Amino acid sequence: MGILNTVIEFSYYLLSAFIAFVLIREIYKTENYQEAVLYSVILVPFILRILRIK
Amino acid sequence: MSKQRLNIIKIITMILIVASLIISGKAFLAHRNYKEAVVAGPSVTEVKTLGDYFAPLKGSVADCNIYILDSGKPGGTIFLIGGSHPEEPATNLTAEIFAENAVLKQGKLIIAIRANRSASTVTRPGDAYPQFYNIKTDWGTKKFRMGDRWSNPLDSWPDPEVYVHYPSKQMLAYMDIRNINRTWPGKKDGSITEQICYGFMNVIKEENVDLFIDLHEAELEYPVISTIVAHESGQNIAAMASMMLTDMEFAEPIGIEFSPKSLHGLSHREIGDHSDAVSLLFETPEPFLDRVRGVTDERLLLEGKDPFVMRAGKFGLLYESIDEDGWPIDVRVGRHCSTTLMVSQIWNQTNPGKGVIIENIPKYADVIDNGVGHYFKNPDEAVAEKVFYE
Repeated sequence: MGILNTVIEFSYYLLSAFIAFVLIREIYKTENYQEAVLYSVILVPFILRILRIK
Repeated sequence: MSKQRLNIIKIITMILIVASLIISGKAFLAHRNYKEAVVAGPSVTEVKTLGDYFAPLKGSVADCNIYILDSGKPGGTIFLIGGSHPEEPATNLTAEIFAENAVLKQGKLIIAIRANRSASTVTRPGDAYPQFYNIKTDWGTKKFRMGDRWSNPLDSWPDPEVYVHYPSKQMLAYMDIRNINRTWPGKKDGSITEQICYGFMNVIKEENVDLFIDLHEAELEYPVISTIVAHESGQNIAAMASMMLTDMEFAEPIGIEFSPKSLHGLSHREIGDHSDAVSLLFETPEPFLDRVRGVTDERLLLEGKDPFVMRAGKFGLLYESIDEDGWPIDVRVGRHCSTTLMVSQIWNQTNPGKGVIIENIPKYADVIDNGVGHYFKNPDEAVAEKVFYE
């Protein structure tokens, strides 16, 4: 059970990193400034979680 | 919009985001790593940690201090825990008063000030919770971590869709897998919160605990408030304590509730069912927790005054009275101190040979007269070996 929990937790960190990567890529690619600001704000909790700060 | 202008907006946005990450990240880390100094009192004979009773927790964020006050004179053993829910400050403050001041004349007293350490390393910014609160003492101000009801998601993530309680298999709310008062009696290979309860059950069994006391606070909108919740084995003690305290000490009465047999995971139910200890849970009113509250700040946390909660009371929506005086921290801590002392006194009367005689702890009226801070020792003036960190 403990190992399964660890695997699931690790996969959630991988998912967070993937979503953060997609957001950063979209911020770079988009030509709409509102989208860029919106994606930047959405990015914050993912970065804080990946860095294990919050 | 020109490409150049778009790039400038993107760069400015990223700079602002990075700045907010640094500022908020520093604040979150400072809170998570803040340590509260506790000066072990005259009767503290040993300070263990939860990891000494359940090795997987050793050195982890859940490895809270276990203060053992042994009189050396045969008697019973009482186990007092505060900080089950670290958003309920009267609980850890009361436990700390006991750890720093109690003088044991008979039996043994075991104390955990921050029962769920993980939950004390996170707050609810979305609910505007303050990160810290400050208590004025005779020697300056003592700073405490404000916490949350649930263990830090950094230590237990993700939550399941439905939390299935062990061993009853009762289905509970998903986030309660991180609620220490829904994970008793714990699980050896479970989530960190289940492991914390498993560790505490080991403490109860290894130390032959006779009476277990779990300190809590509750919102005034919640029916289980200003009361002692008792397992069947502790109903007589709770009833007697309730009558004595209401008659002799408290301005507002304290009641008694029977621990529901079909609601699982709570300390008053599971500890009584899975060990030989009598299990009791105390509740005081904390207006800070009410959903209808107004400004959510340190002042509300410590003074317990809120016009919106008062207004809810005028409409009959509360289970406890509140007026302009509110429910200050001194009153709440005083109630917990007196209830613990009264329960131990009744325990002594009803269990000859298993007495636990506790002295030098302030009663309700003393805490109100002198303030909570009066009972905290200055760690700067204490011998280094006597100072422990929560």
